[in-house]
Amino acid sequence: MSAQGLSTNNLSVFYGEKQAVKKVSMDFEERSVTALIGPSGCGKSTFLRSLNRMNDLISGARIEGEVWIGDKNICDPHTDVVRLRQRIGMVWQKPNPFHKSIYENIAFGPRYHGVKGRKQLDEIVETCLRKTALWDEVKDRLSQSGLALSGGQQQRLCIARSLAVQPNILLMDEPASALDPVSTAKIEELISELKKDYTIVIVTHNMQQAARVSDRTAFFFLGDLIEYDDTQKMFTNPSKKSTDDYISGRFG
Amino acid sequence: MNLPVTNKQGGPPGKSGKWGKHVIEEARGRAFVYFCVLLMVVTIFSIVFFIASRGLTPFISQGVSVKDMLFGLKWKPEGNPPLFGALPFLFGSFVTSVLAALIAAPLGFCASIFMTEIMPKFGRTALQPAIELLAGIPSVVYGFVGLSVVVPFLRDVFPGQGIGILAGAIVLSVMILPTVTTIGTDALRSLPSGLKEGSYALGATRWQTIYRLILPTALPSLLTGVVLGIARAFGEALAVQMVIGNAPHIPRSLFESATTLTSIITLEMGNTTSGSLHNNALWSLALILLLMTFLFVFVVRMLERRVKR
Amino acid sequence: MRAKTVDRIATAIIICVAGFIMLVLAALLGYLLVRGLKHISFDFLTSAPQAIKVGGGIGPQLFNSLFLLVLTMIITVPLGIGAGIYMSEYAKDNKLTAFIRLIVEVLSSFPSIVIGLFGLLVIVNTFGFGYSLLSGALALTVFNLPMMVRLTEQSLRNVPKEQKEAGLALGLSRWKTISSIMIPVALPSIVTGSILAAGRVFGEAAALLFTAGMSSPRLDFTNWNPLSPTSPLNPMRPAETLAVHIWKINSEGLAPDAPEIAAGASAVLVIMVLLFNLGARWFGRVVYRKLTASK
Repeated sequence: MSAQGLSTNNLSVFYGEKQAVKKVSMDFEERSVTALIGPSGCGKSTFLRSLNRMNDLISGARIEGEVWIGDKNICDPHTDVVRLRQRIGMVWQKPNPFHKSIYENIAFGPRYHGVKGRKQLDEIVETCLRKTALWDEVKDRLSQSGLALSGGQQQRLCIARSLAVQPNILLMDEPASALDPVSTAKIEELISELKKDYTIVIVTHNMQQAARVSDRTAFFFLGDLIEYDDTQKMFTNPSKKSTDDYISGRFG
Repeated sequence: MNLPVTNKQGGPPGKSGKWGKHVIEEARGRAFVYFCVLLMVVTIFSIVFFIASRGLTPFISQGVSVKDMLFGLKWKPEGNPPLFGALPFLFGSFVTSVLAALIAAPLGFCASIFMTEIMPKFGRTALQPAIELLAGIPSVVYGFVGLSVVVPFLRDVFPGQGIGILAGAIVLSVMILPTVTTIGTDALRSLPSGLKEGSYALGATRWQTIYRLILPTALPSLLTGVVLGIARAFGEALAVQMVIGNAPHIPRSLFESATTLTSIITLEMGNTTSGSLHNNALWSLALILLLMTFLFVFVVRMLERRVKR
Repeated sequence: MRAKTVDRIATAIIICVAGFIMLVLAALLGYLLVRGLKHISFDFLTSAPQAIKVGGGIGPQLFNSLFLLVLTMIITVPLGIGAGIYMSEYAKDNKLTAFIRLIVEVLSSFPSIVIGLFGLLVIVNTFGFGYSLLSGALALTVFNLPMMVRLTEQSLRNVPKEQKEAGLALGLSRWKTISSIMIPVALPSIVTGSILAAGRVFGEAAALLFTAGMSSPRLDFTNWNPLSPTSPLNPMRPAETLAVHIWKINSEGLAPDAPEIAAGASAVLVIMVLLFNLGARWFGRVVYRKLTASK
């Protein structure tokens, strides 16, 4: 296994008595996009959020099993979660830029992690905004509030923000479901661009989106991982019947 | 596998081992908030401890009996022998605050119903700010208005000097009206909307719905507001002291000068030497006030538990 | 038909009561302003009070009230925000937290006179701070703290949870996430609430009778050395505030124009409270507009 590979081994997540994710073992391919699909409440978001231990915030949530990043099991209680999270970027359904300027939204993370000097920060801001195709749209108003941008721009700003601390992995929880079709197309384009450098895991409700952007797809149902294969194969010739039913819209 | 994640890759320079910057920073932040909470806990315990230690002295080492204080009718702390009957003050405090609640409760309920059921929009834009303003007016200002408006009015209309329990109760009722109204309004707003619709669907009028359905359902919450109002009235010092007259006996009518626990403390605490029996007896009265606060909090908690069920 | 009549009468009564309450407020404010404004002049607001002569002002009292308010807020705001952060972010859902919640509730229900007495016993006598601005500020802190704690807790809870997660996902520590990401978002409502709390502090008198004292030394407003006993800035000097002054002249005022002074001072106090109230509303609206109109 390489230094940055992401995988899970028998990962279970409980909310109190309820088991939301049931012993899921998955290997994520590096520098590619993996889509997690399934009906609401199937555990795909919970699964995603346990990959950077964001579920720690929910009282009563409990994790069993292992999540490996390189040679580190992040479920180990001794793991320094704070530093771990820096290597895993995250993007949410609703754009959530900080209540700060566009520049600060991006510079805040790197500065906190020790990048000093205006010049370096300027560089990081420009690089990240260019990567998310936002630079030309905002370069003249970097000091404006991040909240002043449109929804789609805000979401790209949030992606840029997470890139600024140099993660290897990007987790995206339905990143385009709150956006209009044009913005959605932009985000999808961006994802295809970013997978050259990052391992991307994306949760989506939108079957077409999964088919368009992902290389591999995992189908979750009631907390179980039902099927996990190349996207091509999943959408043309799934091996399980429930996968076929879900993909062809017969339930969920 | 219990090594901390080291920064071979992607990690910023200048941090080493387990004691990274963020660990120290987190510890410092936590220390600060724990300190704040601890300070609050220490404060409340010292309030109880200090007041209790002074307030219990007359009973423990200065020969005053609890019974004499609670049921004695004569307060002559400088007499020979000194008498510490606090019943007139207890009576004054209870009667004024309960009377104030009796005036404020119906007004407050009506205001709550007005704001939730009858004209929510007007209520939100006009009545609610008005009530918030009433809550913001300082108690000495209420005392001043009581002294210069309510007392002369009562003097003209009723027998007596105007000062007394009724004057105190009227002033207090305006002061606690915001408490009663705000809590009542919150309670009515949080009722499930299906409740009302079901009743209207059966052909009940608005008043029937309010009277038969809404008020009984919201009763524990409304009572919470009333109890909190009584608690506030019970502890209010200056506004009452200014209009009640401060004669240390049980009055025979609502228009005769009376005294409350808070007003006697306000008046006499400054004129006694610390450590004297008279002074300690005043601390006993403060202790009674403190215990009443606990009682009120307890009653409110009980009512809230009923709301939750 | 009868039910309808009853309904109409009940509705009419309720509307009358609502109108009555508005009327009481209007009469109250009208009375205070009409009686008080006549007496308010620049001289009244700046000159010292007279013990037995006509023409005293409320200058030192007004200054004391404002100074005491500043001192109190300087002490209360950090403590209140700290404890509020604990309640909202660090407190686990257990017995200890329930107990602390009970303590905040009890503390906020203590009558202010009891807090004043505690201040007399502990701050004035045991700590030896005497009747002073500092003693008064500490007593008012006890009085005001529960409100600040609840306010901060509530404001932080209203911060969208995605903001917190975004901070944590960048690899910030919890503390940094709270202090640099969440507090700025919560700040508008914390400030609005603090202004309202300040209004309450400004009008408080019972907690101050035995802590800040009922007298004010002769102040020399040209002396700005905080260590000098006649300096207005000295926190260790006794200080009668405006609210305490109103109470005092009503109960033992000897000046022949005591009722007018009380009326004027009450009007000033109420105007200040109104300003705090309007200020809080205005601030809340401006921030709201700034946050929402930016799209």
